[in-house]
Amino acid sequence: MMELSGLISYAVFFLTLVGIYAILTLGLNVQWGMTGQFNIGIAGFFAVGAYSTAILSTDRADNWLGGFGLPFPAGLVGAILITIPIAWVIGRITANLRTDYLAIATIGIAEIIRLFFLNESWLSNGVRGIPGISKPFGLGNNGYLLLVIGFVALVYLLVEVARRSPWGRVLRAIRDNEPATAAAGKNIAHFRLQAFVVGSCIMALAGALYAHFVGFISPEAFRPLYGTFLVWVMLIAGGSGNNLGAILGALVVWLVWSSTEMLAGLMPSGLVASESAFRIFLIGVLLQIILVTRPSGLLPERRPPLPGRDQ
Amino acid sequence: MWIEVTQLFINGLLLGSILALGAVGATMIFGVLRFAHFAHGDLMTMGAYFALLVVVSLNLPVMVALPVAMLMTAGLAVGIDQVVYRRIRRVQPVILLISSFATALILRAVVQMIWGSSNQVYATGIQMPWRIGPLAIKPDHILIFCAAAVLVIAVHLFLSRTRMGKAMRAMSDNMNLALITGIPADRVIMWTWAIGGALAAAAGVFLGMDTRLHPVMGWTLLLPVFAATIVGGIGRPYGAIFGGLLIGCAMELSTLIIPGAYKPAVAFAIMILTLIFRPQGIIKGAL
Amino acid sequence: MSLLTAQGIYAGYGEADILQGINLTVGANEIVVIVGPNGAGKSTAMKAVFGLVPIRQGRIEYVGEDITNQPPERMVARGIAYVPQEANVFPSLSVLENLELGAYAIAGDITPRLEKVYEIFPRLKERRQQQAGVMSGGERQMVAMGRALMIEPRLLMLDEPTAGLSPRLIDETFERIREINALGIGVLMVEQNARQALAIADRGYVLASGRNRHEDTGAGLLADPEVAKMFLGG
Repeated sequence: MMELSGLISYAVFFLTLVGIYAILTLGLNVQWGMTGQFNIGIAGFFAVGAYSTAILSTDRADNWLGGFGLPFPAGLVGAILITIPIAWVIGRITANLRTDYLAIATIGIAEIIRLFFLNESWLSNGVRGIPGISKPFGLGNNGYLLLVIGFVALVYLLVEVARRSPWGRVLRAIRDNEPATAAAGKNIAHFRLQAFVVGSCIMALAGALYAHFVGFISPEAFRPLYGTFLVWVMLIAGGSGNNLGAILGALVVWLVWSSTEMLAGLMPSGLVASESAFRIFLIGVLLQIILVTRPSGLLPERRPPLPGRDQ
Repeated sequence: MWIEVTQLFINGLLLGSILALGAVGATMIFGVLRFAHFAHGDLMTMGAYFALLVVVSLNLPVMVALPVAMLMTAGLAVGIDQVVYRRIRRVQPVILLISSFATALILRAVVQMIWGSSNQVYATGIQMPWRIGPLAIKPDHILIFCAAAVLVIAVHLFLSRTRMGKAMRAMSDNMNLALITGIPADRVIMWTWAIGGALAAAAGVFLGMDTRLHPVMGWTLLLPVFAATIVGGIGRPYGAIFGGLLIGCAMELSTLIIPGAYKPAVAFAIMILTLIFRPQGIIKGAL
Repeated sequence: MSLLTAQGIYAGYGEADILQGINLTVGANEIVVIVGPNGAGKSTAMKAVFGLVPIRQGRIEYVGEDITNQPPERMVARGIAYVPQEANVFPSLSVLENLELGAYAIAGDITPRLEKVYEIFPRLKERRQQQAGVMSGGERQMVAMGRALMIEPRLLMLDEPTAGLSPRLIDETFERIREINALGIGVLMVEQNARQALAIADRGYVLASGRNRHEDTGAGLLADPEVAKMFLGG
């Protein structure tokens, strides 16, 4: 009996994190899968969302800004509202950068956001982090899982509707053939910026849900590995451009990531000095294998064959 | 005040020469292969730890271990390219980018698995700095300056005097024309990795001498290295040297006005301004 | 024996073939010019011959050997040199370095080759330390042709060598091409300045929509009223 309930509570914990990662991956899919923006600063927006709701919804504290004791929905909405101007400014600055420059710029921004939360203690309590972020409506873990699943479904529907809308078609047109889309009279910078902001807001939403789930956040949680790298692995594994693939990718990769924990546990402890390093090693190798053998993912986006590309 | 500025300037030149060595390799890889190599910082880390391996196991001074570490890292870089990057080069440049991100994590994990996560040093004991008037300079710093200068001159001679060096610059200039001219792309790419890896190792070893060794030591320098690359103009090794020194000095001098924790942000700000206003690099023409 | 023969070439970048079965020959020591309206496939034909655009059907022979779809490296090794229309120099390298790289595949002393190129383009000798990227369009064209000559080719392929040049430089370029041809080098070129090009050509092809439309001697094409009306601007 005990074992079963332990298993169930582990499954609930596991699935909640999958759900949060699925939302992050959907957000990235709007930017990369649909528009072709190479954002590797996901962790930055994830952090902004988490800290926003933490500051808005925790009880009054002496060591950091707030808390303002606002209810959960206000925390989520606040997280998104705070992200919009930040993402807009970043998007404005970086929208016209080439892919590799955008990658460098976004990872720089994410690192600076992390440094900011690490060093500005008056705002974020620095390295000690913000504790006491409670789950809403008196929900337990099971209830919160349902809430997260609800949000995954909602985001999926919104993103899927967006993808099929004229707006989504323009985004894909930009991704596949920018000059032709510009020639058709579309304001490319505009559409790009919109996609960037929308994607970033989705990431911030995931951050807020994460904060309420774990109850405590610190800059450590927003290192590029967890916030950015795993999300990319999920999207690439699932199939970029395909929203269902993004969710599937989140599930599969988190499953693999969690099972590397067991694998690392099986290794004789003398052989491996650091268990977490071994897990990172495994997941890195897995990604390389996917990239080399199946670069379009498990569920590739369905699209007509591309006209020949110049190498 | 002036003493402080001069001291920071010296520190900046030191950091700058380390960045320059990283940036020369990164810019050549960027130029020849058209992608930002996100594992470059971790190649630096690898180089630093390879040198540690030699220092500890053979009980040699670090400057003797340096060439060995450079060779090992060069081999590692070529190996990574052959096993991973070469297979996906023709797919899409972004796949390469993501792959190099994965390589970065793998390298760091390997360092952690073999050497652990705690700080390490090449030589224990405190080195007494030389006092030149009110300024303090450690003997190691002089050593780093000299070694970096020798390496930069060696790279210059390679690029300007040898056939392979010229071919490398040509490929960075115009890939298609290089193919049409009959330059063997695969060999040039191998040499680019070898040299990029060797220089990254040198940068890592110098960084380890200046501070200490740590699994994320290289990763934290990746952003300044890219900044130096972009400021100097992609694919332009001489520009990268200039960019490295500029970024290094700017990072150190910025501590006069803003907290030291934001040093990477200074490099980043210079980089973004360059990208917006002068995407071809700050300096024009022959460099 | 002819230097180059292309038979029934179908080639293109994507699904659709731009070249729909063209035929070309270049005899040793000939100047052959390809003219035609925009989009006729002239440049594509050159690239296909040089292995830069995949050929789906057809066969290309160079001095009797099959070279269909071989990589550019091999073409250079066999003595075929190609000068693309745009971006045809290494801008950050000096003139001398551009020329040296032209002879990348050549082992041994390249000084005699350099001297030969300098003889045809004395200006390049004067400016050999100059960075190629800052030179004028005409000078860059000289660097590009000089670079191609460094392998001492038997066949020189030029894609619009006079594009963007002033009338005086156009005359000079055609003069140089004749000199190069006089050294025993076959020349295959695409040209917009069709009249002038055909005037120095031994033979010419008119391409339209990826197919051969007319072929004749240079003088013959110039005299053909239909060709004149449709492709030479009246």
